[in-house]
Amino acid sequence: MGDYRQPDRLEEALEALIRPHAVLAGGTDFYPARVGRTVEEDILDISRIKGLRGISRNGAGWRLGATTTWSELLAADLPPLFDGLKQAAREVGGRQIQNAGTLAGNLCNASPAADGVPPLLALDAEVELASRTGVRRLALSKFIVGNRRTQLSPGELLVAIHVPKHATIARSSFLKLGARRYLVISIVMAAATLEIADDRVAAARVAVGACSAVAQRLPLLEVALVGAPFDSRLAERVEPVHLAPLAPIDDVRGSAAYRLDAAVTVLRRLLAEVAS
Amino acid sequence: MKVAFTLNDQKMDWCGLPATRLAAALRDDLGLTGTKVGCDAGDCGACTVRLDGRQVCACLVAMGQMAGRTVETVEGLAAKDGRLAALQESFLTYGAAQCGICTPGMLMAAHDLLSRQPRPERAAVEEALGGVLCRCTGYSKIVEAVLAVGASKPAVIPEAGGAVGARVPRVDGVAKITGRDLFGADVMPADTLWIRVVRSPHARARFTVGDLAPLRARLAAVLTADDIPFNGYGIYPDVKDQPVLAAGQVRYRGEAVLALVGERTAVLAVRDEDVPIAWAPEPPLLGIDAATVPQAPLVQADKPRNLLLDGGVRRGDPAGAFARCTAVAEGMFETSFVEHAYIEPEAGWARRVGDRIEIHATTQTPYMDRDEIANVMRLSPEAVRIVPTACGGGFGGKLDLSVQPLIAVAAWQLGCPVALVYTRPESMAASTKRHPARVRAKFGCDAEGRLLACDVTATFDTGAYASWGPTVANRVPVHAMGPYAMPNVRTWGEAFFTNGPPAGAFRGFGVPQAAIAHEAMMDELADRLGIDRLEFRHRNALRVGDTTATGQKLDHSAGLPQCLDALRPHWRKAHEEVSAFNAKDGPRRRGVGIGCMWYGIGNTSMSNPSRMRVGLSVDGVLTLYNGALDIGQGSNTIMTQIVADAVGLPAGQFALVSGDTDLTADAGKTSASRQTFVSGRAAEAAGRDLRRQILRLANAGADARLSLEGTVLTVRDGTETHSLDLAKVGPLMGEGTFDPPTTPLDADGQGIPYATYAFAAQMATVEVDIELGTVKVLHIVAAHDVGKAINPTLVEGQIEGGIAQGLGLALMEEYLPGRTENLHDYLIPTVGDVPEIECLLIEDREPLGPSGAKGVGEPGLVPTAPAILGAVHHATGVRAHRVPLLPHRLREAILAGKGRKA
Ligand SMILES: Cc1cc2nc3c(=O)[nH]c(=O)nc-3n(C[C@H](O)[C@H](O)[C@H](O)COP(=O)(O)OP(=O)(O)OC[C@H]3O[C@@H](n4cnc5c(N)ncnc54)[C@H](O)[C@@H]3O)c2cc1C
Ligand code: FES
Ligand code: FES
Repeated sequence: MGDYRQPDRLEEALEALIRPHAVLAGGTDFYPARVGRTVEEDILDISRIKGLRGISRNGAGWRLGATTTWSELLAADLPPLFDGLKQAAREVGGRQIQNAGTLAGNLCNASPAADGVPPLLALDAEVELASRTGVRRLALSKFIVGNRRTQLSPGELLVAIHVPKHATIARSSFLKLGARRYLVISIVMAAATLEIADDRVAAARVAVGACSAVAQRLPLLEVALVGAPFDSRLAERVEPVHLAPLAPIDDVRGSAAYRLDAAVTVLRRLLAEVAS
Repeated sequence: MKVAFTLNDQKMDWCGLPATRLAAALRDDLGLTGTKVGCDAGDCGACTVRLDGRQVCACLVAMGQMAGRTVETVEGLAAKDGRLAALQESFLTYGAAQCGICTPGMLMAAHDLLSRQPRPERAAVEEALGGVLCRCTGYSKIVEAVLAVGASKPAVIPEAGGAVGARVPRVDGVAKITGRDLFGADVMPADTLWIRVVRSPHARARFTVGDLAPLRARLAAVLTADDIPFNGYGIYPDVKDQPVLAAGQVRYRGEAVLALVGERTAVLAVRDEDVPIAWAPEPPLLGIDAATVPQAPLVQADKPRNLLLDGGVRRGDPAGAFARCTAVAEGMFETSFVEHAYIEPEAGWARRVGDRIEIHATTQTPYMDRDEIANVMRLSPEAVRIVPTACGGGFGGKLDLSVQPLIAVAAWQLGCPVALVYTRPESMAASTKRHPARVRAKFGCDAEGRLLACDVTATFDTGAYASWGPTVANRVPVHAMGPYAMPNVRTWGEAFFTNGPPAGAFRGFGVPQAAIAHEAMMDELADRLGIDRLEFRHRNALRVGDTTATGQKLDHSAGLPQCLDALRPHWRKAHEEVSAFNAKDGPRRRGVGIGCMWYGIGNTSMSNPSRMRVGLSVDGVLTLYNGALDIGQGSNTIMTQIVADAVGLPAGQFALVSGDTDLTADAGKTSASRQTFVSGRAAEAAGRDLRRQILRLANAGADARLSLEGTVLTVRDGTETHSLDLAKVGPLMGEGTFDPPTTPLDADGQGIPYATYAFAAQMATVEVDIELGTVKVLHIVAAHDVGKAINPTLVEGQIEGGIAQGLGLALMEEYLPGRTENLHDYLIPTVGDVPEIECLLIEDREPLGPSGAKGVGEPGLVPTAPAILGAVHHATGVRAHRVPLLPHRLREAILAGKGRKA
């Protein structure tokens, strides 16, 4: 049995990471990966670090603390910009999982089907990574680099997610397709953030998950949306060629061809919804 | 690490390793086993507790995170004086607990909701319970119970003679809703050693075991095939083909190879990589085709052609009759391995008591376990005692041995208690499955829509070992023509060995797979002739006076026409609603479908007797000695109701001794929907026997009324009253047996395979998302001829639970070895997937049954998939030829233009 560190302060946590530790937050990915065996790793439990918790606002935007749970996000008073992320939060597991699982855990676990990733990509989020030697910021799109692979270096913790504010009005939405109603791993999910000026789309960010090793933004679709009137006809702008960045696989949940086909429908419905 | 926290309003100090899961600490260290563990991975929600006033999975919380926090578990729901909470009362009254393994989690999730929202809407209830899986109830009664909290109706307490037919709450219900019921993993002695089984990662391989001395030095024992006195087991007396531990060769992924025995942490700490096994994998035979190609390697060396068994039913002249048919439909239908997914994984412990071995484990069949363990251990059956724990769901999967032989052999060798609890992935990899089937069907009828002929071949993948394969291959040909009068019949069943998991018994023994085929045929013939699908079935339904394909004349209790009559108004209304909905444009299309079934109750052409006893002691204690194991379906309650009315005393006065092979007589297995019919009839006979003895002592007439107070039994006969002092006349013991009359089937499958049949018709309304290929089941109406509903609440519970499993079979469940060995890749329906269900109970009395009752355990599941698939066809024009109809399969069929409206 390994060590169990449970610091109150971030500095202590980063100090502990001189040696490798398994980081434990909400435990909802940690424990399922350890069914039927003893836990032997050294563990760094970050759940007591106050500075990692909660949501705050500053001049540049919002800071979502690493150990903010899905339920805390849902309860937070946030503008419509965050509607998509909140919709995703409602679809993560069941209530039990939402009450325990954290945002940073979802990102660091880096599952291709992580429901938090597309909405945060669509929010243009950055992650803040801290180590003993300093702090760096990385665009979320640069942070997750593969199936269960991130740019987190040894000795680093993800301490916060930053969402920039927008000069204009912005709307966002999230849509998930699974093979049953609750507790389901996404077959396809998508999120969009649209900035609106003069009833037209001024800027668009759209991301699709579970259709590639890492959720992908769809730049061609985003370009096609800019300038369009902000109404449900946005859906008509989605074309299969926009899905070029996706590279889905066949698995137990669906075939690759089905995923691409369904992604078009999911995107159309998502855009119709965000504009409704 | 020391951790202080609050547990159910009490301060607790706990000490242990900080990475310990809260669920484990509660259960193993603090003795609160009300919190259940079904997966240890967040997937089942059985471990749901409230932590600081929010529901969480206790299997995902580290004890290191518990300092200063507040936990509420199921044990804290009732008041300190034992008074049940309103929520618990409601669960009891509405029959929301069946096996009860999910119940603590359900209660805590519901409690979490009600604490925030005392009068929730249905949608809020579904949201709150979405993270807790139930495999038994179909969720209907759970949702009903939560919605009714506070306004719940009072529980029914029947008087003497009024138990049968009443909605009596489960006699074991209070234990289930308070967390006090003890399941396989809840009862381990403190000094027990533990087993961890090393299993094959290969579907087909040879292996050699290296030097075990280093491992043996670390552990109490390492068992190999050489340690098993007789290393073979199997359902049939002459087929003991499955080794307890593989000997040099494995035939499926997940097969047991070695058993590590020692302290729990010590056995868990051994990684598979540390175990010296040299594997030589061979290409596995996966699927029927691989096993049946000419020159295919053999799965079992002494089973030529990989054939387990074949046989069929032949009547009339099908070939000639097809030539006379106006309409002929043909099709091939394929199904997958389906996992039972009971929420309680296999678990138990054993100890040696002198020259006997005693096994406490979760099971569906204590007496078969006893004989099988005796055989494996080379002991006499009397030297084996099986003490069944509460069973957290079985559905056929706990009819085979699981933990029993290993814990027995280890406890025998080591002389101390030995326990084994399967992990969820282990349970899924090791246990039996529903047989994948390929059913080729051809059905024909005349111009009036009267069925003339059918020809059905059902080929089954029976996996690596025989298990219940012969039962499936026997039962299916008898049922494969469907519940219809059919003059010319050829049906054939055959089962082949493969390197898949052993396919065994699963609710319906192959009949659900066959029903998908025969019901698709009914739809097609009806459509071909332009006859309404319900009316077509009604025209052909087996009726009293008809002769079945095996030549059995149905003299009584064939209620399919009544079931269809009961459905008809619902069917018409649903058609109107669906047409109105579909008149609107849009990607969503609705459809209505119907499925019918019949099901022979009890074993096929084989004796399957039950014996029951009921005693009245000198202290005035009435006890039902009930060997009919309650695996959630409610036989404890049903038997009590039956025996109570047979004796003539109130059901509430009966104590229960259940399942223990030292204390109860053999009432057979809980399978084949047989307990109510067979054991119920034996219970009725036992009750009558006791009553006869009492009446004789009092010299009273048959109509005398009894009452029991203390040790005084009062017999009122007309105006006369006799008082019997049990201290003087007792103890009394009534006994009854019943074996349903059947005859063997001849070479053409002619004979009387079952004494009686259940009949049912269900209709489903679905909504298909044409663009995504998803199916939402909106509504199900289920009409079942059960002979007599001894307890309507329990009957509905069986139907609703069967429907949920049928829905899973149709739409989402597919077990793929190595890929869906957990409850997040293997999907079973959640509360949000099962629609509201309306049950219509038809009571066409079966004279042989207790109070006219037949069985209902399996029938609930059989017609559901056909009804759903028929509805999908109605909505889209796509006929599913392969289940589960996953979204990608349906969408691909729609795109391929197989659908009308694509
Ligand atoms: C039943 C069930 C259903 C689920 N359903 C969904 C779903 O629908 N959609 C979905 O997206 N996810 C789902 N999940 C996955 C999971 O709940 C989420 O990914 C969750 O957000 C993870 O957070 P956590 O705090 O529990 O992570 P933990 O398990 O504590 O940690 C996860 C991983 O991230 C690392 N880590 C955590 N925090 C940090 C940090 N701050 N810095 C560096 N590394 C860190 C840990 O070391 C670990 O490797 C489900 C899980 C379960 C058990
Ligand atoms: S045991 Fe915790 S969710 Fe299954
Ligand atoms: S009662 Fe829910 S799993 Fe058995």
